[in-house]
Amino acid sequence: MTSLKVSLKAAKEILPESLYKELEEKLKRAEDLTPAQKQRVVEETVRRYIESMVEPGEPVGTVAAQSIGEPGTQMTLRTFHYAGLMEFDVTLGLPRLIEIVDAKREPSTPIMEIYLDEEHRYSEEKAKEVARKIEYTTLEKVMSSIEYMIGEREVRVTLDPEMLEDKGVSPEDVLNAINGTGLGRAVLEGNVIRLELSEKAVPDESLYDLKALKEIEAKLRKLYIKGKKGINRTSIRVADEKVVDGKVVREYMIITEGSNLAEVLEVEGVDHTRTTTNNIFEIMEVLGIEAARNAIIEEIMNVLEDSGLDVDIRHVMLVADVITWSGTIRQIGRLGVAGEKPSALARAAFEVTVHQLYDAAAAGEEESLRGVTESIIAGLPPRVGTGQVVASVEIRRGGNGGSGPS
Amino acid sequence: MSERFREAYLIERIKFGLLSPQEIRKMAKVNVIRSDIYEADGSPVMGGLRDPHFGAIEPGERCPVCGNTREECPGHFGRIELARPVLLPHLGDKIHAILQATCRKCGKLRLTSERIEYLKRIYVRLKDKWPTLAETMIKSIVKEASDVKECPHCGERQFEIKYTRPIIFFERRAEGEVRLFPTEIRDRLERVPNDHVLLLGIDPERARPEWMVLTVLPVPPLSVRPSITLETGLRAEDDLTHALAEIVRQNDKLKSLLSASAPEGMIEDTWLTLQHVVSSYIDNELPNTYQLSHRRRRPLKTLAQRLKGKEGRFRGNLSGKRVNFSARTVISPDPYISVNEVGVPIDVAMTLTVQMTVTEYNIEEARKYVANGPYKWPGAVLLHKAKTDRKIDLRYQKNYKQLAKELEPGDIIERHLMTGDIVLFNRQPTLHRMSIMGHIVRVMPGKTFRINLLVCPPYNADFDGDEMNLHVLRLEEAQSEARELLLVEKNILTPRYGGPIIGGRQDYISGAYILTIKTRLYTEQEVSRLLARAGVAVELPEPAILKPRPLWTGKQLVSLFLPEDLDFAGKSKVNTGALKCDSENCLNDSYIVVRRGKLLSGVLDKNAIGAEQPGNLLHIVALEYGEAKARELLDTLFRMFIRSLEIKGLTISYHSIEIGEAAKKEIERLTQEAKKEIEELIKKYEEGSLEPIPGRTLEESLELMIIERLQRLRSSAGEVAIKYLDPFSDIFIMAKTGARGSDVNITQMASMLGQQIVRGKRLTRGFRTRTLAHFAEGDKSPESRGFIKGNFRDGLRPTEMFFHAVAGREGLIDTAVKTSQSGYMQRRLINALQDLFVTYDGTVRDFWGNVIQLKYGEDGVDPSRTYHGKAVDIDRIIERVRVQRVKKR
Repeated sequence: MTSLKVSLKAAKEILPESLYKELEEKLKRAEDLTPAQKQRVVEETVRRYIESMVEPGEPVGTVAAQSIGEPGTQMTLRTFHYAGLMEFDVTLGLPRLIEIVDAKREPSTPIMEIYLDEEHRYSEEKAKEVARKIEYTTLEKVMSSIEYMIGEREVRVTLDPEMLEDKGVSPEDVLNAINGTGLGRAVLEGNVIRLELSEKAVPDESLYDLKALKEIEAKLRKLYIKGKKGINRTSIRVADEKVVDGKVVREYMIITEGSNLAEVLEVEGVDHTRTTTNNIFEIMEVLGIEAARNAIIEEIMNVLEDSGLDVDIRHVMLVADVITWSGTIRQIGRLGVAGEKPSALARAAFEVTVHQLYDAAAAGEEESLRGVTESIIAGLPPRVGTGQVVASVEIRRGGNGGSGPS
Repeated sequence: MSERFREAYLIERIKFGLLSPQEIRKMAKVNVIRSDIYEADGSPVMGGLRDPHFGAIEPGERCPVCGNTREECPGHFGRIELARPVLLPHLGDKIHAILQATCRKCGKLRLTSERIEYLKRIYVRLKDKWPTLAETMIKSIVKEASDVKECPHCGERQFEIKYTRPIIFFERRAEGEVRLFPTEIRDRLERVPNDHVLLLGIDPERARPEWMVLTVLPVPPLSVRPSITLETGLRAEDDLTHALAEIVRQNDKLKSLLSASAPEGMIEDTWLTLQHVVSSYIDNELPNTYQLSHRRRRPLKTLAQRLKGKEGRFRGNLSGKRVNFSARTVISPDPYISVNEVGVPIDVAMTLTVQMTVTEYNIEEARKYVANGPYKWPGAVLLHKAKTDRKIDLRYQKNYKQLAKELEPGDIIERHLMTGDIVLFNRQPTLHRMSIMGHIVRVMPGKTFRINLLVCPPYNADFDGDEMNLHVLRLEEAQSEARELLLVEKNILTPRYGGPIIGGRQDYISGAYILTIKTRLYTEQEVSRLLARAGVAVELPEPAILKPRPLWTGKQLVSLFLPEDLDFAGKSKVNTGALKCDSENCLNDSYIVVRRGKLLSGVLDKNAIGAEQPGNLLHIVALEYGEAKARELLDTLFRMFIRSLEIKGLTISYHSIEIGEAAKKEIERLTQEAKKEIEELIKKYEEGSLEPIPGRTLEESLELMIIERLQRLRSSAGEVAIKYLDPFSDIFIMAKTGARGSDVNITQMASMLGQQIVRGKRLTRGFRTRTLAHFAEGDKSPESRGFIKGNFRDGLRPTEMFFHAVAGREGLIDTAVKTSQSGYMQRRLINALQDLFVTYDGTVRDFWGNVIQLKYGEDGVDPSRTYHGKAVDIDRIIERVRVQRVKKR
């Protein structure tokens, strides 16, 4: 009895937390085992864990880079519909992987997954309410036409009642927005808003200037009414379906095209614990570098899984750690990790050779030949793996001409 | 270790810096003053670019400077005294920053003394710890200083300095823009005090700012720019020599203008030309610079071009090197050699050699090799006598027997490559570490390298003309390292995903299936044949059937090879559709159960023995019984799989994809149904009553809907075909076991190809309003937009064949683009990560001691030793312990 406890305690010291928990859990479920047998299970688990540890010197960086790079040729090049939804396209496969590794500030297809709080998540109507608050709505989206005449001060904006309803905008909201532009005074007449351009905003002479009028039209079309900047479209989706007490309970969520994490998190009804975006820079700015690291891991794993590729998460973790290690996101390449190496030779061997050499000369750099590339350049064994171990046996050349240690 | 590899020759450090004029003059042995190279009699001009003082390069020539022959003479530099100074082109930005940040009169940094002291204190500390931060700090210092408009030290008013590429500077004075000549720039740079230079990111010890302006140009020795003699006897000089000659010419011109006190304008023009020529000598690809070229307009390859790019000095000669003792030829398969082996043609074995030190223990062996000579395998090529330190090339000797007799301990011979030696074997592209593995040599007749088929997956090799490289390991240290770490069997488990990368493919899989299905029983003769191929001699188990004659099952035979206490359970690949079952009690024979080393039920197929299948039988054996045991299975059991196919035979023909009239009718019916629906969709679209998908235009919606419908049609047509085909035909065995092909392939052969897609859309391009002239303009019907009703068996219609080619081309282009993109990505990844390794304390660090991870992968586990990422399979352990209890009772 005691010995099982003792070995469990030892196991807790040695094993990683998740593995230990799994062990405990599974032992509890295996009721038919005697304590002695359970102890054997514990001991065997610890033995196998220790056996599976990495060896010191293992060049894990190179292994990670190869493990992610090697299947690159098997990846797809095209964009796909987002998780079966026909509404959105999303970049996947090799282009997306390159995007992440390149640390591009904006993904080519920014997408947010917005989860909702307890109050809003179970009803499609309420989810839609939140979505309306988020979707960036301009006058263009809710009107059917805009009319004006050369030389006249009146601009008629006809609203589209269907779209107004869909976006959850009242005609008064639009009216207020137009009045807020300072172009003049607007009045609402049914579905039509009449805007009287003021003399201050539009002097008489520009009334005959087609270019000026067009500018005003463009300004009105792009007039902000509600929503968060960058969120171009929203769509409601069922996130989860459960049967509780014989009733089907659906959880709704919002998918958006475009991303604005900082502002969306502040919207009422949004569950800020689960909401995410695929814009890693935003995550870093809003949630910090550790969150960005996790986001990178998740994004890369997603891309790989979507392409049906099997890569161990440890490799992806290492890449994410290298990218985020300095406290900000550095790209894998000349402008980031590879360009900031302490060795001039390593930088020169990568890209922009001549400039690297001149910079090194001006700064009076000293090359200590520590890294892998530098070692190879100097004709030395790289100091990883077996190259790390420097052991020598003195060999005495004996009279027998033999070259064995004596 | 060989004597050539001595510590005294190893490079310890490299210091980078700029050469000062004094240094250049000190090391120069020639002052180049003449632009012509040879005198009329063909001898080099003294004081020209081929002056013998540049070093000996001709055979037999003695260097007038150091007295060595060309083997020992390192070559000596010369110099060109420039009539007027010129700027180093790549340092334009740095010069600009210094000029902007320092006073034009007193040369001090345009910041107060206190501020400078303060910054210096921070900078010194920052520089070693956070070099990137130090760099940012320098940028901000430059910015801060250049914003100051009046020198805090001498009160001089400052002006903005304009820098135009490639290398011209202007000062925006009150009276207008004035050009700053290199002389003026040099004077200003000279005035900057050392400790102020430091704050601009420049080390004054190794690179004084004024050294960025050349007053004397170093000329590299002849060994750097050798001339070549053409067959016609004409001399062709190196590109660098041509460029230097041009510099000398322009320099002469400027000199004579100066001494003749020519008008300032002319002097300035020539001076600028000199600047351009010197710039081009350093880098001939500078923007907005006169490019030096041959008479035939080919641009000269100057200094920067030698270093740059993939074939440049750095990537082409320093990071990647050419090697000796290697061979390359076509590969071909041989299933009867071990996975650890490689078949080497005898011609290769007689060319590649291994060093062998003669001792009293191997002297008899060594004598045999020497006696055989270089032309008889196994022989020796070279003999190095220890006593006389003389090398004897056996190719030029006849008395092999005599030399063999004279052999004594201490001598070194170069003997032929032999069976049992270890070599490295590689196939490009070398994408991961399994692309180079250690193989044991097996010398064979023939001209190709032979490899076991099971090592194809890690190399990604096939035999349609692939070639591979072989490298001989020459040092004992390297050889033993390869045996311990690089041998094929040590690479069965891949670190990429924790699973076996080596395993069966194609025939191995269908063979395993045929061997282990319930319906096959083997007579004693067949069993003997199978086991003989596996190369084992064991006592046969009790036959499964005794009467009327003894018969064995394939499962019994497989069990002979499995480790005695192996337990394994898992689904077969065929465990789908009608054969689906989820528990070990599987009547369909599609759930593999191995108990105590006996295969009790389930057929072996891709999921049990396939390559790249984590968690399969092979994986478990490799993990729990060691890689040697797994290799043993590969070399015995797997051979039996192939043998079983040789007994039964497996093939497909035109008739195996015949589906019959009834099926064809049904497919036709389905097709008409789909077409009708699509017609309706199109009609609705034209009327405008089609409900669009939110966020898509009407047309996009229509297209998406049509594609979706046609894809449904293809899959239902495929189902029909599969329904009518014989499920026990060989083609189905291949598809279902995962040996080759899939249901989609069968559908395409027997039933229909379906919609062809380019860039996620139906085909649209071709003519202006239609894909081909066979269709009406604006036709949206399936058949005019790339829908293919035909199949490979019955053939395609001309238009269909065309559509298929269009979609096929897209695939080809995709592959071409992908390989270059992913190749570059991998290069960058490797470059960013290659310096990371696990240290003895379990952290991941780089060579500068920076900790990247506190524990590798957060649990310190090597992925290649995991069950598909999981370090320990607790369920398996519990199961094992449980079984052991049963045994005890």
